[in-house]
Amino acid sequence: MEFLNNISIEHYLTLSGVIFSIGAIGVLTRRNAIIVFMCVELMLNAVNLTLVTFSAYLGDSNGQVFVFFIMAVAAAEAAVGLAIVLALFRNMKTINIDEVNLLKW
Amino acid sequence: MALQTVFFWILGILAIAGAVGTISARNPVSSAMALVFHFFMLAGLYLTLQAEFIAVLQVLVYAGAIMVLVIFVIMLLNLGNEEKLKEGSSMRKISGYALGSLLTATFFIILIFSDSDMTMLPNTAVAAGSVEQLGRILIQDYLFHFEAITLILLVAVVGALILARKKPSDKNLRGEY
Repeated sequence: MEFLNNISIEHYLTLSGVIFSIGAIGVLTRRNAIIVFMCVELMLNAVNLTLVTFSAYLGDSNGQVFVFFIMAVAAAEAAVGLAIVLALFRNMKTINIDEVNLLKW
Repeated sequence: MALQTVFFWILGILAIAGAVGTISARNPVSSAMALVFHFFMLAGLYLTLQAEFIAVLQVLVYAGAIMVLVIFVIMLLNLGNEEKLKEGSSMRKISGYALGSLLTATFFIILIFSDSDMTMLPNTAVAAGSVEQLGRILIQDYLFHFEAITLILLVAVVGALILARKKPSDKNLRGEY
């Protein structure tokens, strides 16, 4: 079983694509703002896996430096995003993103 | 690379299971726990790719810092299950799953028809993921970006404090601040 025994770059990229799609399904179907936020983190992580895969298979460290920067930006995004969720809950008493539609046309 | 094969399949399947648990759990706390599990599995996958530094960062930053923040906010809001939220239309749910499946199918089709010759990790992968190499690149080639990211983190902390602060004008029902 060549497919099962030899782990090629496609295996990692497929796994990353599947995780990204699961995150996208979560963003599209869930209504809780915190869970939507966690699904976005899931998608960010799938992209990180792609970058690390290419970095390892090409023997080039630059991809892993990008992952380092993405993690720092994700940490900043988490702090600001959760502060927005807190402010949202304080003002509207809900975090159901269907009820937060003031900017929706 | 037999060890890499075994660990890839185990960790990969568990990582997908954790991701599915994250989007399907009704309770936000179980959802967050599934996500922490997923992050640990992903850290293991980074180890199979010889990226030790990124694997440690994954556990420290994601599973440690970010998820603690998320669980803290879930506890602070005390929301309970999503059943209490008004049920969204099933139409959007179906189209969400359809679009997601389409995305997965697209990835699979692209990857099935690709024919790269990168079938195993090169010997340079160990050096590429080492802390020594990454630290050198970070401080030499990406010094400006490194300093910029510290500024972004500072701005994010100040922004989060301003956003989450209670203003004196919004009192709650008991008249407390």
